[in-house]
Amino acid sequence: MTTLRFLGLRLLGMAGTLLVISVLTYAVFYLLPTDPAMLSCGKPCTPARLAEASAFMGYDKPWWAQYLDFLAGIVTGRHFGSGLAAVDCAAPCFGFSFRLNTPVTELILDRAPVTFSIAAGAAVLWLIIGVSAGVAAAVKRGTAVDRSAMLLSTVGVSAPSYLVGLLGILLFGFTLDMVPVGGYVPFTESPVDWLWHLVLPWTVLALLSAAIYARLTRGQMIEVLGEDYIRTARAKGLRERRVIGRHALRNVLIPVITVFGLDLGSLLGGAVITERVFSMQGLGALLIDAVNTVDLPVIVGVTLFSALLVIVANFAVDLVYSALDPRVSR
Amino acid sequence: MTVDVSRHPLRSLTADRWAVAGGVTIVAFLLVAAAAPLLSGLAGQDPYTYDLNAVSDSGAPIGFGGGISADHWFGVEPMTGRDLFAIVVHGARTSFLVGFAATALSMLIGVVAGVTAGYFGGWYDRAISRFIDVMFGFPWLVFVIALGAIVPAAFPKQLLIILVIGLFGWPGVARVVRGQTIALRQRTFVVAATALGAGPGHLLRHQYLPNLVSTIIVYSTMTIPSMIGAEAALSFLGVGVPPPTPAWGRTIGDAVAWAPTDPMFLVFPGTALFLVTLAFNLFGDGLRDALDPRTIR
Repeated sequence: MTTLRFLGLRLLGMAGTLLVISVLTYAVFYLLPTDPAMLSCGKPCTPARLAEASAFMGYDKPWWAQYLDFLAGIVTGRHFGSGLAAVDCAAPCFGFSFRLNTPVTELILDRAPVTFSIAAGAAVLWLIIGVSAGVAAAVKRGTAVDRSAMLLSTVGVSAPSYLVGLLGILLFGFTLDMVPVGGYVPFTESPVDWLWHLVLPWTVLALLSAAIYARLTRGQMIEVLGEDYIRTARAKGLRERRVIGRHALRNVLIPVITVFGLDLGSLLGGAVITERVFSMQGLGALLIDAVNTVDLPVIVGVTLFSALLVIVANFAVDLVYSALDPRVSR
Repeated sequence: MTVDVSRHPLRSLTADRWAVAGGVTIVAFLLVAAAAPLLSGLAGQDPYTYDLNAVSDSGAPIGFGGGISADHWFGVEPMTGRDLFAIVVHGARTSFLVGFAATALSMLIGVVAGVTAGYFGGWYDRAISRFIDVMFGFPWLVFVIALGAIVPAAFPKQLLIILVIGLFGWPGVARVVRGQTIALRQRTFVVAATALGAGPGHLLRHQYLPNLVSTIIVYSTMTIPSMIGAEAALSFLGVGVPPPTPAWGRTIGDAVAWAPTDPMFLVFPGTALFLVTLAFNLFGDGLRDALDPRTIR
């Protein structure tokens, strides 16, 4: 019952947040003085053609009406124009790119696996590396292991991911010829090649973000190891491995998961940068192309889709969180 | 301020070798940025003049290490032959300008939002806290990239970058300041001042803010490198500082295509960016340890 209530509240909050973000995004992008119809009108652009293009794309309405059309399109799909020139955008329609003559949903679904592969793999790696380095530093507190782990983590925080990525490509790709220097192979095509192309991006992204988690885990672990129940566990004669692995780690993970939830947005940003470094055609590349060609529907679609991804992923993190700490859902 | 009587903060800061090294590096880079035209002028260079004699027909720099010579200390930019030393030292100006200005903006918003949320509490606090959560989870880089497309070209790009990364950077400090303000509310001197009839204006200015100063200083030092990094990341992606203004991130972005043939083109601006970020982080770590004895474990 309480868990259900908690879930319901979280779902409601998620929907509310998404609504606020989408209204803001839509308003910002459509109130700014760039007329999308003007851009696709061609030259010479007569007022009549401009009006026609504007009506065709639905830009002749006020922004809030366009926003409602957009929302409705997600549920029911949309049609633009009529007769031979008509285009269809099946539900869920996140807009239609008139420049690429493709529904935005199709573009996003085409690119999302790339970004998703980078982000998910990197997140798993960085949590494992960060938490284990932090635990090791805390257990060996004050020793050379601790000091070098913490110094390395400051170095890691300071190094830009693209720089390390480029050096990685130079060293492991070009000089040692161990991994491909870029590109992406779909998982469905060849799981081995998929993995092989992602090893370096994952490692680079994970190593740098792991630094923050190592610090966090270390501080938290040191605090938890001073608690009474740890002394009790030790006094009972439990082996140190079990004390740390079972009793302490669970409480250490709670703040780590919280921070992880907050980092999902920057994880996506990191994936965007990584795509550029390793020349992968993911959502980031799609967005940057759209920015360079001022393809407004794609820009809005990708931005909103990213926000949706982050918010849904945050919800998942909340679920893990409530499983680790039953107090949360009460 | 939590002053440890036995040890002055400044003394424990100077005892921290890494923090001192960071501080010295920061000062060195600040001097370089301030004297950028002077330094590049020593070799008779500037970051804008093309030198097509320094590059081959394919655009690759002629000579060792990307065209390092007595005229071009760090070599030249491929294709254009512009002096890389001049680009790197002038790039420091761009990085610092954006880094400091965006940090100032973030700090201003963050401290005001945090203090008022912690002080007034209630629905206002709940609204601010919720908003902070949303901002934290928001894929800001995606949003900032997108924003670059629709802001009119006449709007100065550098100012736009300062504004957007500044406007997205405040939730962290707001959250910390809010927490500290709530903690301060219980402290005896604040309770006493309130009992004596002090109004919100007096309390905020004379009781809360002075006790938040060390947090604000430490947080600013930690925010500057992340702002410098954000600008560099945007420039790297080609949606940041536009050419010909020298920017480390953009040069690193340009170096992607040249990395196998001209790695030095990547190494010089990359090292500069890394060193500045590292220096600020080391200095910030030391500052935090010195100002807040609790973190020394």
